Amino acid sequence: MSQTKKEMLVDPLVDNNPITLQVLGICSALAVTSSLQVSMVMALAVIFVTSFSSFFISCLRNQIPGSIRIIVQMVIIASLVILVDQILKAYAFEISKTLSVFVGLIITNCIVMGRAEAFAMKNPPVASFIDGMGNGMGYGLILLLVGFIRELFGNGSLFGVTILETVNNGGWYVPNGMLLLPPSAFFIIGLIIWAFRTWKPNQVEEREYKIQQVEAH
Amino acid sequence: MEGLISLAVKAIFVENLALSFFLGMCTFIAVSKKISTALGLGISVMVVQAITVPTNNLLLSYLLKPGALAWAGFPDVDLTFLGLISYIGVIAAMVQILEMVLDKYFPPLYNALGIFLPLITVNCAILGGSLFMVERDYNFAEAATYGLSSGFGWALAITAMAGVREKLKYSDIPDGLQGLGITFITAGLMAMAFMSFSGVKL
Repeated sequence: MSQTKKEMLVDPLVDNNPITLQVLGICSALAVTSSLQVSMVMALAVIFVTSFSSFFISCLRNQIPGSIRIIVQMVIIASLVILVDQILKAYAFEISKTLSVFVGLIITNCIVMGRAEAFAMKNPPVASFIDGMGNGMGYGLILLLVGFIRELFGNGSLFGVTILETVNNGGWYVPNGMLLLPPSAFFIIGLIIWAFRTWKPNQVEEREYKIQQVEAH
Repeated sequence: MEGLISLAVKAIFVENLALSFFLGMCTFIAVSKKISTALGLGISVMVVQAITVPTNNLLLSYLLKPGALAWAGFPDVDLTFLGLISYIGVIAAMVQILEMVLDKYFPPLYNALGIFLPLITVNCAILGGSLFMVERDYNFAEAATYGLSSGFGWALAITAMAGVREKLKYSDIPDGLQGLGITFITAGLMAMAFMSFSGVKL
């Protein structure tokens, strides 16, 4: 292992972010980012599931036969997700209602499967745990960023506490209702990707077609 | 019957799995570079969705629901907490069976769709369809309609997306937005277009 533990934890945050670079795990999460509180719960749930599923799969990696590994991984992940789902239903019923099917969809979140397949099957348990946690955090970071923008500018509040007094309540801020609708999440992620790649130009993708520059005479 | 038709239209356009619930986004973004592959994947999703949603519906009503085991003499048993793990099991098994059946009886179709089938097990749209079916308490007929039409809606979205992207690669896009970035923004514009169907009532 050439990477240190700290690098493994920090690397997926920006340099190798699961959402903006690896294109994993965009699936379920974007619909839940219309408020910061819900995004936070979702991010914590995903961090929990990725880190522990990587840990357990790595513990069992020498016992799992190659031909049925996907099913074994699925069972481990699904059991952890059921745990999270039941805990949320017991202690945070309101939030679990808002998250509706999206907690269950953590099972098919590509980050969890991706890390299990790419890292946990080849590395020892503690390293896998840290790798899973780092990737979960990289995902959570984007989720919180999108949630922050959408709730602040769409609703004028953060965590349900009013920051910008909206016009309806006698304030000055005209909320941008578009930000509460699903398409806005696509735009925000697109812009976040743009910002990340302007900051780290080595992440820019190659063009498939170059436009020829013709010199004018 | 009218109820089923309006359910189908709603599942295809207004509540499109890809564009209003973000389900199956990883594959939606990754496999939408060419129309032909996108269409192949879209059809596979539709077939698998049309099979798994009604199957999971049967599973729910005869094994998992509170009181569903009354036919076996256990009227007080509630197994709903096993839902997630059984749905994903059904999906994985169905995909595997479909793959074997296609391989045996329809080799050309298998060659065309084969590479996509394993991908579908982890496609959120499939599990999402089953979970929405549970949450909205559909009966068997509704579940069958919902499965087929939501799969069709997903196929429609990914094919349209591939069509846009085939033209898009000739455009002059800022470096940072190249590839993934512009794809997200295009998907956002498509999602807005699909939202204009909301309010359509049959």
